[in-house]
Amino acid sequence: MIIIHPLQIRAEHSAREPGLFPSKCSCPSAMENRAMAETLIEAENLTRYYGARAAIQDVSLTLRRGEILGFLGLNGAGKSTTLRILSGALAPSTGRIAIAGIDLLNAPREAKRKLGFLPEHPPLYPELTVSEYLLFCARIHGIPLKKARTAVGLAQEKTHLTEMSRRLIRNLSKGFQQRVGLAQAILHEPEVLLLDEPSVGLDPAQIQGIRDLIRTLGTEHSVIFSSHLLAEVQSLSSRVVIIHEGRLVLSQELTVLDARRASSAHRIGLRHPPELPVLEALDGVMHVSAQSDGLYRIEHADLPDFAERLLREAVRRDWAPFALSPERANLEEIFLSLTRGGESIDPPRGARP
Amino acid sequence: MIRALVQKEMRSFFASPLAWVILAVASLILAWIFLLQVDLFLRVMPRLALYPHAVGVTTLVAMPLLRSATIILLLLTPLLTMRLLSEERRQKTLDLLYSSPVRVTEIVLGKYFGVLGFLGALLALIALMPLSLELGTHLDWGLLAAGILGLALVMAAFAAAGLYLSSLTEQPTLAAISTFGLLLFLWIISWAARGQGPGSHILRYVSLLNHFSAFMRGEVKVSDILYYLLFIGLFLTLTIRRLDADRLEH
Repeated sequence: MIIIHPLQIRAEHSAREPGLFPSKCSCPSAMENRAMAETLIEAENLTRYYGARAAIQDVSLTLRRGEILGFLGLNGAGKSTTLRILSGALAPSTGRIAIAGIDLLNAPREAKRKLGFLPEHPPLYPELTVSEYLLFCARIHGIPLKKARTAVGLAQEKTHLTEMSRRLIRNLSKGFQQRVGLAQAILHEPEVLLLDEPSVGLDPAQIQGIRDLIRTLGTEHSVIFSSHLLAEVQSLSSRVVIIHEGRLVLSQELTVLDARRASSAHRIGLRHPPELPVLEALDGVMHVSAQSDGLYRIEHADLPDFAERLLREAVRRDWAPFALSPERANLEEIFLSLTRGGESIDPPRGARP
Repeated sequence: MIRALVQKEMRSFFASPLAWVILAVASLILAWIFLLQVDLFLRVMPRLALYPHAVGVTTLVAMPLLRSATIILLLLTPLLTMRLLSEERRQKTLDLLYSSPVRVTEIVLGKYFGVLGFLGALLALIALMPLSLELGTHLDWGLLAAGILGLALVMAAFAAAGLYLSSLTEQPTLAAISTFGLLLFLWIISWAARGQGPGSHILRYVSLLNHFSAFMRGEVKVSDILYYLLFIGLFLTLTIRRLDADRLEH
């Protein structure tokens, strides 16, 4: 009898579901062509001191059109500081930022027009109604009054706030307030969207809504969003950046991370296991270690149909397999190994030796 | 863009009960004082008629009213300005302004003109009281205009100081108390300069009250107007610098 963990199947299935990785699934060459053409954020060696303490140090980032970048880090790692610096709300102590080719420090007005920013706490005025607030936001972004009204209507539609437009922000629930904050960020159709923990405080349905929205926005704009939910980053972003104690410790395409995960190991449970050398002699197997309860961890070469062949072999030779699960170094493991004081995989320039 | 900021500020003011209460309290108390002055004037009027160059209704009713108005405003303006920037700090809405394409100067001026708009409404309410006397008698327009101009400048100066102190803290109460303290101190600082001691002319120059008194006598001097403009400019510049410092290293 073969029992494959149902959980495992679902996990694998959803990971392969199209649409969950929109940027990966779109034609790569077309995407790359467009991407080559436009770098929307270019940040070099950003450092910010608070007194003697450096909140972030030597952070460099680039983001191209159509990319969604997931920004991971523990609390206090410097996520919010980095996003605030990129938004122009905070000046870096050293470093350079260009938004769509415009220097944020030398020409802040022009650069900020291309930016939408949702800070950690949505910046709302509770005494205004939703539409009053959004109209104000549109106008301080330099949108003339007439166009501003249509922009407000559009943003409310996208964030499903149309029915709330005449309500006072004070009386809205946390989830709706978060959406108002998001509406404010996308109002002026910015090229670059910076979202600081956009799904905090939302219920599961709203989280799904916000993720769908980010995904849609990510196709035409570029998005940086921070999160401490690894699954969220994994399902949304095309690239992952991990920041730890103010330094970038990883910056990589999710596809590369996936590839790294592909060549790993399977765990198989056998009721009538053969001797270890028999298992090791199988095609593609590199190393086998026996674990408790008839479980074996098999490290193998990166073969696409390894699991099927292993299972077929086990049935044919009557080893009575009862479980089979792929073992993958997932984002969580990478994240934990990096933030637990592990070595940095991809040391940024100018990092401390 | 600055218009949007001013409009938002006015809307926020009139959306809050605080502003309406301030308008109501100021009107009520000043109306009471106005009635007392009118009553006093009616009692002394027969005797005044005996003198050829006697003072008129403007001096006896309008000017005391405006003088009282400055004291009421000394108490109320701090309450009005306390939330201007401290509330933005507390609700973390400054990041919205900093990350949008507006200059810090525009943010500060937007706030300032917003509060001036509200104070303008209050000034109009106050000015209507003496103006209503024109229905029954003749006013000394020159003197009254000087008084109203003086009051307007004092209000504008109060608001500038309040705006600055509101930019320093997250707590509105703290901003209100320190504004009140600063304004009262600058109001009475010239009390120390009654004599002719060294430096007393400096104290007299710094005093808000001293410059206002000239307007009360009907003297409109460029130097007094300049004093108020400098006062306002100083505090607005300080506010801009304070907000700029938020973004920079410290």
